[in-house]
Amino acid sequence: MVPTIYYVVLSAILFTIGALGVLIRRNAILIFMAVELMLNAANLAFVAFARAHQALSGQVFVFFVMTVAAAEVAVGLALIVAIFRTKHSIDVDQLSSLKG
Amino acid sequence: MNPEIIVFFILALVAVIAALGMLFSRNAIYAAIFLVLNFATVAVFFLTLGGSFIAVSQVAVYAGAIMVLFLFVIMLLGADRLGQTGTLKWQMPLALVLGLVLIVETVYVLFTQIGLTSELTALPEGFGSPTSIGDLLFSQYLLPFEVTSILLLVAMVGAIILTRHHKK
Repeated sequence: MVPTIYYVVLSAILFTIGALGVLIRRNAILIFMAVELMLNAANLAFVAFARAHQALSGQVFVFFVMTVAAAEVAVGLALIVAIFRTKHSIDVDQLSSLKG
Repeated sequence: MNPEIIVFFILALVAVIAALGMLFSRNAIYAAIFLVLNFATVAVFFLTLGGSFIAVSQVAVYAGAIMVLFLFVIMLLGADRLGQTGTLKWQMPLALVLGLVLIVETVYVLFTQIGLTSELTALPEGFGSPTSIGDLLFSQYLLPFEVTSILLLVAMVGAIILTRHHKK
């Protein structure tokens, strides 16, 4: 049996790598992918704790997180495509004016 | 050192290397493929943790639908050619230092404050199977389930409206 703490530490490491991705990257799509990595790390922690406490609610919550992540990706990528149509760039350093 | 812990460490190494590969790769397509590898590894972790339904839905939804959507948009926008010369030279070292601080702090808190060393008992039969998840989903979590369906409808309508061509 692998102790729960191993999974939670791995989840923390993956979450930090995702947070670093959001900080370092300048491409909007790559920032979005780093956010997905963070959500995934949280899912791993949920399932690890569901295993430890034998509570299936953790896995049901992971199911909801996946659904919300899918909806968020759909709308977020539509936004990025719409921004690209007007600005012709998805570099977040250049998206600095509120005017459309 | 039983085989389970060895398998865990090998898979954890693959997951972390895939995440770092996504973080530091120059090509957006390579970053997306690294992320798919990370998702597949996490799906295997879900399997070892007794979440068989969640593991398959991770592969089907995350690696199968969400990452395909990402790849389509990357190829649509031609974003696979990246120029990484940042305007702020001190940004990457500062981010790495802060990330290191976050990891050290999290590991410290996990090892000292939270009681995670309880014994793992054997799982009951059918834990994590679609039957038991469906049981919970349609009885105790029915309201979040219905709200999620409305959320998906809103996301669909929003995605269609945002990408419409406005005829001026």
